[in-house]
Amino acid sequence: MPSTRDIRRRIKSVKNTSQITKAMQMVAASKMRRAQQQALAGRPYAELMNEVLAEVTAGASDFSHPLMEPSGEGKKRALIVVSTDKGLCGALNSNLLREAGKADRDQTVFISAGRKAAQYLARTKRELLAEFSYKDSPEFAEARAISKLAQELFLKGEVSGVDILFTNFVTTLNQHPEIKPFLPVAEITGIKAGVEGSSSQQELKEGSQDFLFEPDAGSVLAELLPHYLNYQMYQILLESKASEHSARMVAMKNATDNANQLIKDLTLEYNKLRQAMITNELLEITSAAMALG
Amino acid sequence: MAQTLKLEIVTPESTVYSEEVNMVTLPGKEGTLGILPQHIPLMTQVTAGEISVRKENEHHHLAIGDGFVQVTPEKVSVMTDMAVREENIDEDKAEEARRKAEERLQEKLSDEELATVKAALAQSVAQLNLKRRRRNG
Repeated sequence: MPSTRDIRRRIKSVKNTSQITKAMQMVAASKMRRAQQQALAGRPYAELMNEVLAEVTAGASDFSHPLMEPSGEGKKRALIVVSTDKGLCGALNSNLLREAGKADRDQTVFISAGRKAAQYLARTKRELLAEFSYKDSPEFAEARAISKLAQELFLKGEVSGVDILFTNFVTTLNQHPEIKPFLPVAEITGIKAGVEGSSSQQELKEGSQDFLFEPDAGSVLAELLPHYLNYQMYQILLESKASEHSARMVAMKNATDNANQLIKDLTLEYNKLRQAMITNELLEITSAAMALG
Repeated sequence: MAQTLKLEIVTPESTVYSEEVNMVTLPGKEGTLGILPQHIPLMTQVTAGEISVRKENEHHHLAIGDGFVQVTPEKVSVMTDMAVREENIDEDKAEEARRKAEERLQEKLSDEELATVKAALAQSVAQLNLKRRRRNG
């Protein structure tokens, strides 16, 4: 039976923990709001870009760009894994990395963004080509660096295609890992998680119109495609960040709630014990008095 | 025949403009483009400059950065790095941004940085030009 002092000590330590998780929850909540806002604000642009590209590539059937053609036949595919840097965000990374683990290790090379993915890939001895990091509010330049490497690998024919594994932001309570094809462009279906939370995929639709290009299809596509890919990567980083902060806030909220519940239970036990002791003491005093009397 | 077309101007941060309009004038890479409803499908690039919109009897002006335009008979979609409505342009801020970008141009920069700084410069100049010309004209 623990003494009252043990219980008091325990209550104190749980209280300290709950203060920390509470603070982390607050921080995550404010970061979450910004990250969500950024991710949601970027979606119309990404969607429009998707739509335009879908119609344009269908409309420019007689023209092709190296980024749209299959290349590196028989070579491995690359998988870009976008994870968080820090833990304490619930099952977010475990879910993500479970998906990463499903990839055929002989047929896949990996590129990591975020420290957790790099650690996991190193631990499971996968072929890791490059490690990237990105800041709390991702910058376009960071996305461009990743996307550029992927494009170079693909153009040199070192990989037969590139996919991205990331955590798509659906709602604050719901994020799930998704694999999205990145290269060649012809395989792409859009990242279109609606504001409502449905993650419907928008197929590349057949363009009904033939587009006129100015100055010509080649130079417009040569500009549009890399920009499109860079931007896709950027949007994916934004989505991942929004997911991370949402997951962390929920995880920390649960931790705080649990700690408070534990404090409540411990306090009850402490009071019971205290009362039992007082009763005991009283009993001793009265029996002593009776024995003397 | 439809007398209006839908103009959408979208930046990575937000949808800046989305309305039915009568005519749009864009700063195309090969020169200024005037787009009326029922234009043939067109895909082209825009450079930093000014978009003028005619809607009924109103005229709207926006400063935009580099980007792409897709034109269909009913719709004009502009994707650009920056878009600011005339009334929202902060002249002091734009001037400050222009000065900073010019300073950075003097430094030694990698190709990528150079492209970023040049784009920033073009954007601030576009804002300033629009504001000044509208005031004088």
